[in-house]
Amino acid sequence: MERPLLSIRGLSVHATAPGAPTSAGAATSAGMTSILRGIDLDLHRGTILGLVGESGSGKSTLGLASMGYVREGLGFSAGSIVFDGVDLIRSSEPQRRSIRGVRIAYVAQSAAASFNPARRLFDQSIEVAVRRGRARPREAIKRLIDLYTRLQLPNPSALGRRHPHHVSGGQLQRAMTAMAMVTGPDLIVFDEPTTALDVTTQIEVLSAIRNVVESSQTAAIYISHDLALVAQMADRIMVLRRGEIVEEAETRQILRAPREAYTRSIWAANDFRAAPKVRAALQPEVGAAVPLLRVTGVTAGYGRAPVLHDATLEVHAGMTLAVVGESGSGKSSLANVIAGLLSPRAGTLEFAGRPLAPGFRRRSREQLRRIQLISQSPDTALNPRQRVSESIGRPLTFYHGLSGTARERRMRELLAELELDPDRYAHRFPGELSGGQKQRVCIARALAAEPSVIICDEVTSGLDQLVAQDTLKLLDRVQRERDLAYVFITHDLAIVRAIADDVIVMKAGRIVRSGHRDDVLAPPYDPYTALLLSSVPEMDPDWLDRVLEQRRGAR
Amino acid sequence: MSRKLALLKSAPASARFGLVVVVGYGVVALLAPVIAPYGETQVVGVEFAPWSAQHWLGTDDLGRDVLSRLLYGARNTIGIAVLTTVIASVVGGCAGLIAGTLRGWIDQLLGRLVDVLMAVPSLILTLLLLAICGTSIASMVTIIALVESTRIFRLARALALGIGQLDYVTMARLRGEGLSWIIFREVLPNASAPLIAEFGLRFCFVFLFIATLSFLGLGIQPPTADWGSMVRDNATLISYGQMTPLLPAGAIALLTVAVNFIVDWLVHRSSGLRD
Repeated sequence: MERPLLSIRGLSVHATAPGAPTSAGAATSAGMTSILRGIDLDLHRGTILGLVGESGSGKSTLGLASMGYVREGLGFSAGSIVFDGVDLIRSSEPQRRSIRGVRIAYVAQSAAASFNPARRLFDQSIEVAVRRGRARPREAIKRLIDLYTRLQLPNPSALGRRHPHHVSGGQLQRAMTAMAMVTGPDLIVFDEPTTALDVTTQIEVLSAIRNVVESSQTAAIYISHDLALVAQMADRIMVLRRGEIVEEAETRQILRAPREAYTRSIWAANDFRAAPKVRAALQPEVGAAVPLLRVTGVTAGYGRAPVLHDATLEVHAGMTLAVVGESGSGKSSLANVIAGLLSPRAGTLEFAGRPLAPGFRRRSREQLRRIQLISQSPDTALNPRQRVSESIGRPLTFYHGLSGTARERRMRELLAELELDPDRYAHRFPGELSGGQKQRVCIARALAAEPSVIICDEVTSGLDQLVAQDTLKLLDRVQRERDLAYVFITHDLAIVRAIADDVIVMKAGRIVRSGHRDDVLAPPYDPYTALLLSSVPEMDPDWLDRVLEQRRGAR
Repeated sequence: MSRKLALLKSAPASARFGLVVVVGYGVVALLAPVIAPYGETQVVGVEFAPWSAQHWLGTDDLGRDVLSRLLYGARNTIGIAVLTTVIASVVGGCAGLIAGTLRGWIDQLLGRLVDVLMAVPSLILTLLLLAICGTSIASMVTIIALVESTRIFRLARALALGIGQLDYVTMARLRGEGLSWIIFREVLPNASAPLIAEFGLRFCFVFLFIATLSFLGLGIQPPTADWGSMVRDNATLISYGQMTPLLPAGAIALLTVAVNFIVDWLVHRSSGLRD
């Protein structure tokens, strides 16, 4: 067998400086926090290796390490990284630099943040190739246009003359892939390249990346927390946990028969999302009861152009209304209208049979208490200078007048209910919690108000699959115990299937389909719902091929 | 307490030096009547006496002991500068936080007012106002505090605008919280690091400003000992190769550098940069 292009043996990475970013699961040995331990990896030309793991598992660190690079505050402690005969750990910095960018390229998670906003795409994309003498500017641009065409970017030569902010997120992500490939590298590291994209855009980027990688016989490392995506891209899959390899095998084999319990638990997380919610007992007689919340003919927007047209919906006590759509479909604006953050231009809101003022400032404290919001990003939703006990305690004091031991007791009850040990977590600051724990504290804070409706705006999109699954289960349990209603904003149809009673599908600010979940998510579909449904990645490694095949056939 | 000590240990040498100097100045300022060999305004010898055993640093243009006046000067110059900076910070900080949190017309009003004040060079504005109000310590403190508060207003407003956009402030608003809770419990704790750094820097500017005014004869008035006017009073000695007038100037410079070292360290820490 030919020599592998990249060969990593016994690689360990540890934190050198105190205060360096470490994961919750990283083990401390001999005073050093190790991020990666004893990693072995072989990668041959023309193959794609998928790296899967939760956040903090060290998958991004490993991706960077394969370029002989570690983030600030980290250092290599053992092992070797041999790329085409050169040990990247022991070689000199100029030698490494001559390889990086030219023979190994990196595609980052957020293309929007990685491009220089002041320069045109062409100029910055060819910079490395030109400065390293790989190509003359004109040649490089020609190659770039060719890559843009192969990545199915519209109007390649005009696109490259634009600035990054004039290009959509999905196009930018492809432009970044093209930038990485323009020097003709032997290895490309993709770090969550589609995480920031919509499901419908994601498919285009995935297929484009795969085609280009296959046709140019480049090796690639594909990092993602989404197993279904990795299954489409990778020939082999490596599962990482707490800096160690859990399991590595050929894609079909690891999907069919995972050896380790941890791998199976990740697989199971996907199964939960695929299992529909069963709640026959709770089916209300719609129409008989007055809906808890009614939105009628609401049009709203920022500035001149409305982002929400004529939206009408009803939410019933104890039920979950899921609002689905791509980014820019107006689903978050709808949440803001209900919460009172965005005043509609037309239409009315009704809550518990009474009119609800459009702006939250004109709502009564009672109304504010009964409608709570949980936002997308738990990192910014908690005041970093308030302890968990203060964050949860404040609504108890504010709405229910609790203080002293009564407030303390209720706060501890809420924490315990959300499966956070009060003794361990009550006195922590948000910076000392993981993402999933922060989201639980946010839920506890919302529950502290004892609301009737909770608006959940993409509450799980920032979380790892296993954590997201736990959070969803928790929300489901809490709902049953308290007869809560949820307005669940999400782009993830798998979640909708798992938790929703009623569903609204939105596109470009309009509701294109609504009704009971079983009706909405059953044929016959309107074209947009069909597109959304078919874009949800499945665990089957042939899923992407099948979808692309169908779309070509439809066209 | 042990955390505070650990924090001090982690400070770089420059910041430790700064802390030692500032603490030293503070001690001298508080204990001036105890450690000074002579009184603040006491005439104890001939004019411009050279350095000697009785008068370590000689005497000034009226025959007062220079060392004693330097020690008392720490008290007056630093005390007034701290008072002025505190007033400027409270006024500018509160106005800025309110403007940045509420936005709307109140932000426009305060913002334009500050623009007007900032449009005139601060030294000229101060001289003008001092000429109108007269050169008492009270009016000087008020005027400098007003002029410097415009800078703090700018920073506080920008911070409040940024923090006010974050989800946790939105959550507090949605809960129905009042303005004071939002400003003092949600915004201010998260703006404190840059505001403290700004306080340190403003203190330096105020301190230099007072020294400048005193040097021009418009600041702290005789016979009160003050470093700026001491430089002016003894300036003629420079022509005779004496370094006495440089001592109060040096005292000003040393404190300014020391405070800047501390501020640098604080800014570095709060920005989370590693070297």
